[in-house]
Amino acid sequence: MQPETRQKIEALFEQYPEKRGALLPAIYLVQAEQGWVSAEQAEALAELFDLKPIDVWEVLTFYNMFYTSPQGRHHVYVCTNLPCSLRGARGLLKQIEAHLGIRAGQTTEDGRVTLGHEECLGSCGTAPVLRVDGRYCENVDAQEARRLVDALE
Amino acid sequence: MITTPQITGYLSEHYAADANHTLAGYERAGGFKAVKKALKMKPADVADLVKESGLRGRGGAGFVAGLKWTFMPEKSDRMKVLVCNADESEPGSFKDRLIMERGPFAILEGILIAAWATGAEKTFIYVRGEYALPIERLRAAVDEMRAQGYLGTKLFGKKGFDHEIVVHSGAGAYICGEETGLLESLEGKKGQPRKKPPFPAQYGAFGLPTTVNNVETFAHVPYIVDRGVEWFRGFGTERSPGTTLFGVSGHVERPGLFELPLGTPLRELIEHAGGCRGGRAIKAVIPGGVSMPVLPPSDLDVGMADELLTERGTHLGTGGIMVMDETTCMVRAACVISYFFRDESCGQCTQCREGTGWINKICRRIEAGRGSDDDLALLDSVPAMMEGGTICAFADAAAWPIQGLMRHFRADFEAHVREQKCPFPESFEL
Ligand SMILES: Cc1cc2nc3c(=O)[nH]c(=O)nc-3n(C[C@H](O)[C@H](O)[C@H](O)COP(=O)(O)O)c2cc1C
Ligand code: SF4
Ligand code: FES
Repeated sequence: MQPETRQKIEALFEQYPEKRGALLPAIYLVQAEQGWVSAEQAEALAELFDLKPIDVWEVLTFYNMFYTSPQGRHHVYVCTNLPCSLRGARGLLKQIEAHLGIRAGQTTEDGRVTLGHEECLGSCGTAPVLRVDGRYCENVDAQEARRLVDALE
Repeated sequence: MITTPQITGYLSEHYAADANHTLAGYERAGGFKAVKKALKMKPADVADLVKESGLRGRGGAGFVAGLKWTFMPEKSDRMKVLVCNADESEPGSFKDRLIMERGPFAILEGILIAAWATGAEKTFIYVRGEYALPIERLRAAVDEMRAQGYLGTKLFGKKGFDHEIVVHSGAGAYICGEETGLLESLEGKKGQPRKKPPFPAQYGAFGLPTTVNNVETFAHVPYIVDRGVEWFRGFGTERSPGTTLFGVSGHVERPGLFELPLGTPLRELIEHAGGCRGGRAIKAVIPGGVSMPVLPPSDLDVGMADELLTERGTHLGTGGIMVMDETTCMVRAACVISYFFRDESCGQCTQCREGTGWINKICRRIEAGRGSDDDLALLDSVPAMMEGGTICAFADAAAWPIQGLMRHFRADFEAHVREQKCPFPESFEL
């Protein structure tokens, strides 16, 4: 854990009646260092929070937005819940899979893109919806999806 | 990005204005008048006023907000807290996001009024992690309020009225929308719901007395305090007063949000959204997020208020309406819905953990043309076994949509079993 990360985490403690309340925000900060959380980082977090490593590991693996293995440089997620599926999201996902040559849940060999599907993003009025590096892309068709994916370095 | 509902009401009246998400813009439109008015009243009278308005929670369960506030202990030697549930993850629901992006100060003013009414000193706003822009907007709004002296101590010159607001990001788990799952998550744990009792008012966030309300619930409060009970009751039905932001998605020409009174006929809402796409006929409508049982076209005259939907065997939920046209395969819909619940069950209760997996497996088998009569029987019995008796209402939410589909569209499931294939080639891709 980098010293600046530790400082930022310690600054969060006072916002919560108990230190542990800062654990989720702290994981985000640690994850920002290299895009995922390693066992060593989890142990450092446990120590900082006076927890057992398993307590941190349990939390890490419960939530979809925390990663415990290396990820691609970019994240592309396609929402496949019902409102998006009704408007063609699954066909869109298949086209992106073919375009990248990987399946949802995989990362391209060059480490450029991790592709995934996601449950409802709260954007059903502008379906289908992609989340690209944390940004919502709405009303996406096949052409726009390809453009978005190709624009990633 | 939706920046304003297609039909606006008192909540969303100013959403189109560029500056509505800034403090100056909000005050120009009359913001923070209500909290000043509330501070001239006794806290118990504020809770009473909100109770009398009949405002019901907009997070799905529809509990009377003012009544919930009175469950908070009057005297407490421990700090009391509020939680704003901004985890909005119910598929089909996308209203709270717009409120946070376009009208964050109404939520925050509603929180301050609730804080005065309940004696809470701190609020945690728990926003789902995917909502980057809402989080940014809320944080900016909270910072502006602090800079203006609207957060901190002795607010609006009132001695003893102190409040702080923390915007907290979730990390991607539907179950953290359930209020006790949320509380566990807020404490830095897995979001596994708690057994109740004790209820949050006795033992909530960090064990402190807590009231949890939805984003939209808080956002109505300033308007009620400012304009009064009678005005508020001028919208909606006797049992469900006020407007709400209905979401209409799926097979309609113009999906989006519509702020209209509770009780508005479902058919009217679909017409506002441009009707069924391509002039096709409607086959089915889910009225309140995927957890709520589906309605057949013969029920479209129903009013969108919970007490009216209950008569048709379903609920208002979050008011997220999903329209499916005549091409839609209901077994495919069941596959999508059941996958979601299988994926999001927190796993504490056997019937929920196992039942959600079973239902999804059976639906997929039927859709693939390998279903049997036994599978149909299982789709009757497994959801019934899941209902009731679990730690939280997630298991009911997983059972209801399947029960609704089997009640109204059993023929679709039977046809798959009979023909050993999906008889709806035109349906949305799975
Ligand atoms: C599985 C499940 C998911 C829920 N998700 C949400 C949610 O995302 N947002 C929300 O406000 N309420 C959600 N609720 C309802 C909350 O438990 C709680 O009733 C609500 O936040 C109370 O606020 P209200 O009375 O203002 O509606 C959910 C309930 C269940 C059982
Ligand atoms: S009903 Fe399901 S989601 Fe709720 S506590 Fe039990 S296992 Fe978890
Ligand atoms: S289903 Fe995709 S955003 Fe709601």
